[in-house]
Amino acid sequence: MSSQVAARKAERDEPVIRLVDVNKWYGEFQALKNINLTVNRGERVVVCGPSGSGKSTMIRCINRLEEHQRGSIVVDGIELTDNLKNIEAIRSEVGMVFQSFNLFPHLSVVDNLTLAPMWVRKMPKKDAEEIAMEYLKRVKIPEQAFKYPGQLSGGQQQRVAIARALCMQPKIMLFDEPTSALDPEMIKEVLDVMVELAESGMTMIVVTHEMGFAKTVADTMVFMDEGEIVEIAPPSVFFENPSSDRTKLFLSQILTH
Amino acid sequence: MTETTIPTSATAPAGQTGVSGMALERIRENVSEPPPTEKIGALRWLRRNLFNSPINSALTVIFLALLAYWGVAFFEWGILNAVWYTKDSNVCREATGACWAVIAEKHRPMLFGLYPYDEHWRLVIALVVYLGTVCVTLAPPFWKKYILVPMWIVSLAVVGTLLWGGVFGLKYVDATDWGGLPLTMVLFTGTLLFGFPIAILLALGRRSRLPAVKAISVTLIESMRGVPLITILFVAVNVFPLFLPEGMDINKMLRVVIGMAIFFACYQAEVIRGGLQAIPRGQYEAAEALGLGYWRMTYKIILPQALRICLPGIVNHIIAAFKNTSFVLIIGLFDILTATTSVMQDPLWRRFFVEAYLFVALVYFVFCFALSKYSHQVERWLNEGRRF
Amino acid sequence: MAVADLPRKSNTSVLNSLAFRGVVYQILLAAAVLFAGWYLYYNANTNLERQGIATGFSFLNEAAGFGIGESPVPYDSADSYGRALVVGILNTLHVAIVGIVLATILGVVMGIARVSSNWLISKLASAYVEACRNVPVVLHVIFWASIIRNLPSPRQAFSPFEGVFITNRGLTYPIPVGNPVYPWMGLALLIGIVGAIVLAKWAGRRRELTGRYFPTFWPGLGLVLGLPLIVWLAGGAPLEWSVPALRGFNYRGGASMTPEFVALLVGITVYTGAYIAEIVRAGIQSVPHGQVEAARAIGLRPGLVMRFVILPQALRVIVPPTTSQYLSLTKNSSLGVLIGYPDLVNVGNTTLNQTGQAVEAIAIMMVVYLSISLTISLFMNVYNRLVAIKER
Repeated sequence: MSSQVAARKAERDEPVIRLVDVNKWYGEFQALKNINLTVNRGERVVVCGPSGSGKSTMIRCINRLEEHQRGSIVVDGIELTDNLKNIEAIRSEVGMVFQSFNLFPHLSVVDNLTLAPMWVRKMPKKDAEEIAMEYLKRVKIPEQAFKYPGQLSGGQQQRVAIARALCMQPKIMLFDEPTSALDPEMIKEVLDVMVELAESGMTMIVVTHEMGFAKTVADTMVFMDEGEIVEIAPPSVFFENPSSDRTKLFLSQILTH
Repeated sequence: MTETTIPTSATAPAGQTGVSGMALERIRENVSEPPPTEKIGALRWLRRNLFNSPINSALTVIFLALLAYWGVAFFEWGILNAVWYTKDSNVCREATGACWAVIAEKHRPMLFGLYPYDEHWRLVIALVVYLGTVCVTLAPPFWKKYILVPMWIVSLAVVGTLLWGGVFGLKYVDATDWGGLPLTMVLFTGTLLFGFPIAILLALGRRSRLPAVKAISVTLIESMRGVPLITILFVAVNVFPLFLPEGMDINKMLRVVIGMAIFFACYQAEVIRGGLQAIPRGQYEAAEALGLGYWRMTYKIILPQALRICLPGIVNHIIAAFKNTSFVLIIGLFDILTATTSVMQDPLWRRFFVEAYLFVALVYFVFCFALSKYSHQVERWLNEGRRF
Repeated sequence: MAVADLPRKSNTSVLNSLAFRGVVYQILLAAAVLFAGWYLYYNANTNLERQGIATGFSFLNEAAGFGIGESPVPYDSADSYGRALVVGILNTLHVAIVGIVLATILGVVMGIARVSSNWLISKLASAYVEACRNVPVVLHVIFWASIIRNLPSPRQAFSPFEGVFITNRGLTYPIPVGNPVYPWMGLALLIGIVGAIVLAKWAGRRRELTGRYFPTFWPGLGLVLGLPLIVWLAGGAPLEWSVPALRGFNYRGGASMTPEFVALLVGITVYTGAYIAEIVRAGIQSVPHGQVEAARAIGLRPGLVMRFVILPQALRVIVPPTTSQYLSLTKNSSLGVLIGYPDLVNVGNTTLNQTGQAVEAIAIMMVVYLSISLTISLFMNVYNRLVAIKER
């Protein structure tokens, strides 16, 4: 493990996401409290915690689906503010996969994938379709290219959603509980795709409850509770010897099965 | 608040923190801060909701200006310069503002039509009883057969006695003299009473597996939905008497109510059909497996669920039925709108038709708006999964 | 003991079979309906004979004997009832088509305003929708008819623009005088439209092949408007208007819309527009917010999100109820009978009163409206099948 680690350490010393003192309120309720997090290039971060702890809110702030009121978020050197140009630039570098897939039901799979490359990156249709087929192969469902989302299973839809995010060739991938809406027998196929993605060197932030996946893939575990980051540690330390009592409590609840 | 050290990988020395350069965070008591005050409150609300983009800002300014201009003009006309009460129409003619006095002067014939003047108190009581019963009916806690059915029977009996009279020392008033708001209510109630059972039968008929039943239902529903209500009223008034054997005569109002009831039933049947379709096949199968016959199954199991599912749609059509009572203007029954238009023929007060029509519009608006708010509330209850 | 050897219950009498019962019920029902039909027919015949009213449709060829206030085709009182009814149908279609176009525009604008992020605009649109929907359409029409009847006479006309007069005679406005250049301009317009379509297709192909975007909207608009303009200029830029001018008690020149037409149009348009606004709002809000987020997350700009994600899905939800509103508007045009607009029901009513042949007249009215409804329903079913979202 350490040689791989050392090799990756060299390329991974540059921070690609930096959250400094990020605070967010929904009306009177404070959803994020002084969040500080740095993610390096190629790093895989798994965020876990009880529901309502702000995990989804935090990663949604990174691509401006939510706005933070205080603090700063810098993605790939670009500061995230109300400036539309910055937001668009960041969004083309950050891909997101949602819990409820959010595929466009009126477009075929290949149309779902080529929509953004054609209209945002201004690619010719042929090139966009080539890239789409390549990613469909990578998520192992090239034969579904001309089907519609309504005709696919949950696991297939989520893999299409991952491929759709990848077609923009982002530098960072955000996953918001990607397997929580899936039937158990389909979780594995999606996790396999995510593991393969991680091994290819993609920078990933994954909000999930799948601890097995976390142990395999994560470089860093982040535990959030009630809007703040309670503990950040590598998996070896996080699972065996967490320093916070709240982490211990959470792990005991989640790892009994 | 205890420990406050917050880690960043830049500040933590590499050696003691492990692979990715992150330090372990110390535990911190979880305390919420209040949101930054300049971010909420009136100014922020204005910025977010009225001025959040150049186009929106421009539109806000334009419309605020227009509203101010018209608002002031309306205020001057409707309130400042208005004449609220006078028996002399010349006072109104000379004033520049609205003549609300026309309502004070004419509200009795507008609201009660040709009903004898001295007996109006009976109408008021009847209206109160009726509206009270309606309000009770709308509240879910009262949705039990043993409450609703007796209550409606009693209430209709009371209303009928008050309207017709002839007993208990009340003067008899023939149905042809009824008018105004009570007539609107009578037409409305009659439409619902006759129309609802027909609607249910038609909806069931359209879903029937028997081809003849289905054909008759579909034909009736699609024909009624394809023609204007006016033609149905014409049929009720002009054609229906031709179908009756010689000597038999049905009251015009009754014929109109039947016509409007069938019209209402055909639209309502489609809504109910939607509800019936939404019930999973498993319900039908379970009922059949238990040995329940068709009618028992429908009455006890299917209909209660179907009606709950499509309740918002049902209420919408009930609101439409209320508004449709105004169509009797065409055939000369004196509902509140007809009464108003004929009252406004009075040459002294004729020019103040705007005020009179606004008054009638307000009456309709109050009823329909209340019912539509109720419909939204029902939808909310259904979404919450409330059991009733 | 095998199942087949078990003693059978003998209750297989055909009388209890469900299928048999079904057939019996249907036969009884059909018999009842036929009997009722015959009974009504017999009564009707007897009554009509007794009252000396003719039956049959021969009255359609008799002279009508009444005038019609406005008509798109020539008509006078010597023409037949049949022709009068045709005029009625044309008038109905006239007000219905104009009404549908205006109500759609009004409804779409108001619907979009309802979901606007501007609180003021959103609330104003809500106020319009609630105020208009909760008042019966009959009251709308009567109200506007009363207002127009009480407008000043031509001598004291209200004139918002030069040459446009709003009076109790209706709306009078200038129109251009016919000129030989105009048909050529019409041709140029057609060419412009075709050209714009061709341009759009070419730009689309180019974008698919190379990814480069060629603007289609403004050049297309330029073609559609510019070509006729060029033709007009080449023809010497003729611009002669027939301006209405007051002569005595009325206007000479220009064109006008009768007060009845305007009143009916405004009444049913405002009413139906409110319903369409609600439908548009529901359609836009029916698109799950998650899809809008996903579209934004992959970098699509708001305009593209609207075009590719929101609008296609919203339209599927909007179109069916909107076509039923169009139907409703067409049926509401029958309110012309209340205010003197000579639509089908009005003409039919006069016919009915003069000939006494109520059954035939009403039957004609109902058949016409039914045909219109069925046609519109047919188109809507075809549309629904074409755009249905494919599912398992």
